Amino acid sequence: MSAIEEMAWPDREFPEAAKDLLQDAQLRRNVRHATDVINRKRGVVVGEMHDWEQLREAGSAIRQHALRYLDTYLLQFEKACTAAGGHVHWAADAAEANAIVLSLLKARAAKEVIKIKSMTTEEIGLNRALAAQGIAAKETDLAELIIQLGQDRPSHIVAPALHKNRHEVREIFQRTMLVESVGDRPEDLTEVARQHLRAKFLSVPVAISGANFLIAETGGVCIVESEGNGRMCLTLPEMLITIAGIEKVIPRFQDLEVFLQTLPRSATGERMNPYNSIWTGVHAGDGPSEFHVVLLDNGRSDILHDHEASQTLKCIRCAACQNICPVYRQTGGHAYSSVYAGPIGAILTPQLYQLERGSSLPYASSLCGACYEVCPVKINIPEVLIHLRGQVVVREQETLTGKLGAWNLGMQAAARIFVSGDRLALAQHLGRIGQRPFVGKDGFIDHLPLMLGGWTQSRDAEALPPQSFRQWWSKRENSGGAS
Amino acid sequence: MQVSLFITCYNDTLFPETGKAVVRVLERLGHTIRFPYDQTCCGQMHWNTGYLREAVPIIRHFIEVFRDAEAVCIPSSSCVAMIRDHYPKAALESGDAAFVADVDALLPRVWEFSEFLVKKLGVEDVGATFRHRVTYHASCHSLRSLQLGDVPMRLLGRVRGIELSDMQSIDRCCGFGGTFAIKNSDVSSEMLMEKMVSILDTKAEVCTAVDNSCLMHINGGLHRQQTGVRTAHLAEILASEESKS
Repeated sequence: MSAIEEMAWPDREFPEAAKDLLQDAQLRRNVRHATDVINRKRGVVVGEMHDWEQLREAGSAIRQHALRYLDTYLLQFEKACTAAGGHVHWAADAAEANAIVLSLLKARAAKEVIKIKSMTTEEIGLNRALAAQGIAAKETDLAELIIQLGQDRPSHIVAPALHKNRHEVREIFQRTMLVESVGDRPEDLTEVARQHLRAKFLSVPVAISGANFLIAETGGVCIVESEGNGRMCLTLPEMLITIAGIEKVIPRFQDLEVFLQTLPRSATGERMNPYNSIWTGVHAGDGPSEFHVVLLDNGRSDILHDHEASQTLKCIRCAACQNICPVYRQTGGHAYSSVYAGPIGAILTPQLYQLERGSSLPYASSLCGACYEVCPVKINIPEVLIHLRGQVVVREQETLTGKLGAWNLGMQAAARIFVSGDRLALAQHLGRIGQRPFVGKDGFIDHLPLMLGGWTQSRDAEALPPQSFRQWWSKRENSGGAS
Repeated sequence: MQVSLFITCYNDTLFPETGKAVVRVLERLGHTIRFPYDQTCCGQMHWNTGYLREAVPIIRHFIEVFRDAEAVCIPSSSCVAMIRDHYPKAALESGDAAFVADVDALLPRVWEFSEFLVKKLGVEDVGATFRHRVTYHASCHSLRSLQLGDVPMRLLGRVRGIELSDMQSIDRCCGFGGTFAIKNSDVSSEMLMEKMVSILDTKAEVCTAVDNSCLMHINGGLHRQQTGVRTAHLAEILASEESKS
């Protein structure tokens, strides 16, 4: 069974969800515009780094090493964090993580918490779990606030509201904050959000965060951000709870040297994030007096066991793969029916669900390889996609409907043809006969039957020519001369 | 040099003109072509769709057919990418040391058509004439797996009479992606629409590439939209001579 609790994401196949989103011209314009802007900025700040490839190599090696000795580094982190006055909790799945947070909040009789953008808390459905117990979670990241007020879902792991433009944001703010005339310049919108959040920062005593990195050596936690809402949440409240996937650990403080260069450049096209916070335990008279870290497994250690796919966990959540992906560009993130969209989502989501969900996601890629090219920790996403497709096929073949399905039958037949030149020649001959009813006067086919109908939906198919290459070659050989 | 031609299954079946063009270019350059009749497919469709077990006998068949070749020339970068990127892994996972050794021995002799001309034979001017406005589509495999760089453009640049027009966003996928075009036909079609706009912007009469798979997809869209723009494999342009163009 999946380790993930039932979330508010609909369980839809990618092609079906994508089809709906493709109808939304505004959303698609927003996604294209936003990703074009980020990609352009990224191109500039990556292009100026003469050692970019070495940094990718180093980042990959550090993450791979950390994953190989994950148990050791997690225990080291726990020890160091505890020594610095923090409390470390271990959660096997989403339900455990939510229960831990709830018990901490109940001990304080907290009715409200402020939150820093965290996809991990989105993964475990924390806000819904808190709401069910009467605790209100207030998002303080601008994009997360837009999502929360608009009762929407994040569509991007770095810019969750990337699918909305500023006019739509203004509409959401006016409607939900009951403010009258808000301008639609970014400054106007930010000012409204600022006023809206300021009182919360000053009054709510508990904050919840995710983490970019857990530092084993020091027990420190690192978060990078652009808005300063994170810094407020990390310093003003009395209690801070950090929820982090177990894969977020890095061995040494010095390793940040690599990631604090590659992460901001990859994520937002900035040389450095405006706010880089690292905190270690608690310090009297400085920041929260009570600090908890919840280390979340939720399917991650299972992924670690899959030699081929475990590189998925190297991810540092920069979203460069989402921004560059030509598929994501068309559909936006909601088509992936998961908090993790785009190429990284296409490999991470099905694994977190152990293929119980998201089995169409490994196919939501043309395998163009752009994601691998930009990945700052060199996750070979196309290779993992193919590996997962292999698992999907084997699972399907274990069922009668899968075994007798058109795809399997077609592939088995093709596999038997492709081991002999004579068989291929025969298949070509039969194809030429079989296509006759479909071929138009100009040698094109505008309508194909069954699953091939997907092709002719927008494309004409070129008919099989009267002579294959091998026939031409044989004739030429037999006549003993050049063409 | 004796060059073994792996025409690929889909070129054999759908695009024989590309094969004839490869033969014409290489023979014009003084090489002898060998076409092992028992050749079929590289296994890419099965492998990339997740039929990994089913792909293995196809891969072994390819190795059998071409094991003695002096050089294997392939007018399809995605098939070359399949061979280079995935054959070693398929062999390794089989646990068969002889299979691994066979793959290792064959790989250095496998060439994509344009890289064979430029990198192996050291030729850029193949004596072609093609009096048309042409735009080049860089397929993802040629760009990212084979890292062909400007190799195809160097060949095109030496064609007499050709007028080349650069395409915007040349590194963006056209949306073919093998069975992706069928499994995700809606998204694939939208990706194609964007690519067609880039192509039409160049005002080219012909869109060329080193992969007929992308071109089949692109041409299908161009024909459906009645744009009047056609596609042609790079080999067909390089085979073209004065009287025929």
